[in-house]
Amino acid sequence: MLKFLINPSKFIKFSDLVFKPLVIFTLLVFIIGLFYVYKSPLDYQQGLTVKIMYVHVPSAYLAILIYAIMTIYSIIGLAFKMPFSFIINKAIAPIGAVFTLSCLISGSMWGKPMWGTWWVWDARLTSVAILFVVYLIIIFLYQTFENREVREKTVAIFILIGSINLPIIKFSVDWWNTLHQPASISKLSSPSIDISMLKPLLIMILAFSLIAVIIAILRIKAEILIRKSHL
Amino acid sequence: MSLRFQRLILILMTLLILGAALLLILFNTKKNIVFFYTPTELLENNISLENKIRIGGYIKKSSLTKKTLNEYEFKITDNKNELLVFYEGILPDLFREGQGAVVEGILNNKNYIIASRVYAKHDENYMPASIKKELKKNNQWKKEYK
Repeated sequence: MLKFLINPSKFIKFSDLVFKPLVIFTLLVFIIGLFYVYKSPLDYQQGLTVKIMYVHVPSAYLAILIYAIMTIYSIIGLAFKMPFSFIINKAIAPIGAVFTLSCLISGSMWGKPMWGTWWVWDARLTSVAILFVVYLIIIFLYQTFENREVREKTVAIFILIGSINLPIIKFSVDWWNTLHQPASISKLSSPSIDISMLKPLLIMILAFSLIAVIIAILRIKAEILIRKSHL
Repeated sequence: MSLRFQRLILILMTLLILGAALLLILFNTKKNIVFFYTPTELLENNISLENKIRIGGYIKKSSLTKKTLNEYEFKITDNKNELLVFYEGILPDLFREGQGAVVEGILNNKNYIIASRVYAKHDENYMPASIKKELKKNNQWKKEYK
């Protein structure tokens, strides 16, 4: 059933099947999401600037999720010698980098009016900046080494080392005093976002994820076809 | 045990050890990683008065006074200890009494800081502005909402 996640030809078949409906569905979710964001109320403290959240949070979430997926595929690729996992890693690394950049830019645009500064070197902001640099190194590493197998293994090991950053990003706001506020949605007690703001946020997270999936499908397919033509 | 599971265990163990090593480093350098000290931490720790320092906490209610056009004095508190802040400049939008803030500057003594920068800190609570009005009208506005 889930074979398409590890088998290239099954992946192409599966993606051809779902691609068109997926694009339509994504457009629909995105439009609904934007509509809800437009209708969402102003914050009692932050006013209109709170709407930056609907871009910032989905970007941050995807930046971390994509890296987590790359970590899992690196483990699978290295341990079970599955070459398709390296294809996926190569295809989705730039997507993660873009979402990390989007998170950093929207975050600093949010920080300027609210905190009074574009950037500070607190633990959360610094660890996300490191994540962005790690993504860039991964992308550049794919341009190195003549031998493809050596290259892919090296990158996979580098991805694994970089994955240590993920828990640091997540828990940085709890472990240390930071300017960035702690998590709102994933609190163990009830979420501290009002439902009228949580709903558009969740829809936007879904919309961003779907867009990421669409780009990922296109890139993975292209990568598979390139490799086939080289054989 | 098959070769692939040996590799899997090797990878997971390596990650675990690397992660543990990094955590040890991070928690032992906690002093350098925190963005600010609270007023209590300032009193308890041996912090030199010469260097720039950041202190964070809540802005004490009815402590903000305007000295001149853009010179302010207010108190930062963590509900145990407090610190008097002098600041010349523009305050951020979110700056108000009861709200969290971080100030950066040079300590005059352990109770008085001349700030060169003030950051407002916002918490993880989000609420529509209309609800605040409703709550206030029904006298259900609680202090912890701030």
